[in-house]
Amino acid sequence: MDRFLGFVKKEFFHIFRDRRTMIILFGIPIMQLMLFGTVITNEIKDARIAIYDQSKDEVTQEITAKLLSSGYFLLDRNLESAKDIEGIFKQGRVKEVLVFGRDFSRKLKREGKANVHIIADASDPNLGKMLASYTTGIINDYIFKQMGDLHLPMQIEPEVRMVYNEGLKSVYMFVPGIMAMILMLISAMMTSISITREKELGTMEILLVSPLRPAQIILGKVMPYLVLSIINALVILGIGHFIFGVPIKGSWVLLMGESILFIMMALSLGIMISSLAKTQMVAMFISLIALMLPTILLSGFIFSIENMPLPLQVVSHIIPPRWFIVILRNIMLKGVGLAYVWKETLILVFMSAVFVTVAVKKFKTRLE
Amino acid sequence: MIEVRQISKSYNDVQALKDISFSVEKGELFGLIGPDGAGKTSLMRILMTLLLPGGGEAKMAGLDVVKDYRKIRRLVGYMPGRFSLYQDLTVEENLSFFATVFGTTIEENYDLIKDIYVQIEPFKNRLAGRLSGGMKQKLALSCALIHKPEILVLDEPTTGVDAVSRKEFWEMLKKLQQQGITILVSTPYMDEAGLCDRVALMQKGEILSIDSPEQIVSNYDRPLLAVRSDEMHRLIHDLRQWDQVETAYAFGQFVHVTPVDKQVKPETVTAYLEQLNHQNIQSSFIRAGIEDVFMALMTRESRSVQSQ
Repeated sequence: MDRFLGFVKKEFFHIFRDRRTMIILFGIPIMQLMLFGTVITNEIKDARIAIYDQSKDEVTQEITAKLLSSGYFLLDRNLESAKDIEGIFKQGRVKEVLVFGRDFSRKLKREGKANVHIIADASDPNLGKMLASYTTGIINDYIFKQMGDLHLPMQIEPEVRMVYNEGLKSVYMFVPGIMAMILMLISAMMTSISITREKELGTMEILLVSPLRPAQIILGKVMPYLVLSIINALVILGIGHFIFGVPIKGSWVLLMGESILFIMMALSLGIMISSLAKTQMVAMFISLIALMLPTILLSGFIFSIENMPLPLQVVSHIIPPRWFIVILRNIMLKGVGLAYVWKETLILVFMSAVFVTVAVKKFKTRLE
Repeated sequence: MIEVRQISKSYNDVQALKDISFSVEKGELFGLIGPDGAGKTSLMRILMTLLLPGGGEAKMAGLDVVKDYRKIRRLVGYMPGRFSLYQDLTVEENLSFFATVFGTTIEENYDLIKDIYVQIEPFKNRLAGRLSGGMKQKLALSCALIHKPEILVLDEPTTGVDAVSRKEFWEMLKKLQQQGITILVSTPYMDEAGLCDRVALMQKGEILSIDSPEQIVSNYDRPLLAVRSDEMHRLIHDLRQWDQVETAYAFGQFVHVTPVDKQVKPETVTAYLEQLNHQNIQSSFIRAGIEDVFMALMTRESRSVQSQ
């Protein structure tokens, strides 16, 4: 036991004395969280629009005022002719142009029908789609409120409610994703690098000829990263909850339990990588390319799995963060208990077991 | 204490060790001498249980290097060829780490390492990576000794170390030997061979000769001439061109010449060189040193390989 503790102590020295390691451990998580939480967002805020109002009557004025007061849109300018539309899009600042037809309010009252064109810049398709739907929503809302007393012959009014994330805040989605990504990065990459570093520097040779058992070496390597990853998980959840207001409806205990399980899975993956890689470079490349990219692209963190082509959907099953993100979202946003996430939990347990087995089998008590 | 019987080892197509056999007595200081690529490191790694031999068997303190590798690892101290301590730990942290790993403490075995450790103790709070070459070796030796090993295996401990530190290092090995530790050391420096009790001259995975340095030298029966002139470079060239000369190697200020004919006199060489306008020629018989013998053995070996 003293041996093991001595080894763990040595590992902590390595970590705390290497500035790069410290930055990766604590700088990157916080930075990424801040970046994803604030900069990269699917929400619309202060999008610049131009309006070509051919009627300039009270209804179009009211609709314009309602749009601009929503907080989503900012009026860039008023256009005087249809010819200007193309030019203004080319300038690039304005993302949407609204064209009200002639005699808007009169037509609306007399024929119950009036024309408004919504032209959105779809060079960013998601943004264009969203702008259009936000605008339509606001206009419809206005019409319903104004014409409520008209009693049309038949009317279906869909009432939409976005449960678990009423405000459609993207940070709700990013926090679990970032958590999975960062824990993966720290646990798998850092352990694999720290083990391969011993191989590269030749110190593994001395450790091997010492009475330390392979299990002691591996556990000693992993232990500090387990502790630091748990701290990181708490920090990420803390920032998400207290700064970005992501709700944590389920139990903290279950949440941390699942996080620790995921960390262990990532650590065993890291050990497995280190037993396959000979140098730190190789270990880092495997971790980055084989772990980070799938984590970002295939885990459902940014792109939803349901919309992927079938082959990629199949591949996504072997991406551990996919399951962890489901668990996190369920616990944090829906507040469910273990009864609802036992399947995903079991998958993670199984994956850890596989990685540990391979790692232990592959760990060499000799140099070859 | 160390028994090696017909050990061989191949890496892919390259045969690094060819049926090596030798044994080291308890308390002996045994040297493996040979150039890079002779197979010294492979042999040591096999003995240290870090590599599996391709064939043959070896025993350390009576324990088989394949079957009893775990037991061997407890009673052997090892210093690999590369500096293999933690550069980001201080001198003291390194030492106490290795003490802990072997289930002991610095205090418990301080006697054994005292002579060596006092020299680096003033720098005990310095990071190991910032030590000079000689001090690194002293630290590595201290770490290899911290668990009181019965056998000490040192792979080229003096490579890349200055002359003074090399001398000190060998003095330390002598002291350790007096305490009853069996030492197996490898080195590419032939002048260090004379400091061992017995040496094995190795080349290309084979042992050319095993004996005490004195015996190796006295068994050598060829005459040897030391020759010099003002133009060293041309001298070697001219001597090698001469059909009376079998080999000519530079040794410091002199060229050591093995003549083809055993009866050749120093005067003959001088006369030959005078014809070629060499100035300040000196030529005399000398006693062969271990280096000369090794050079001769190596040349003979490669000739017999060529004639096959």
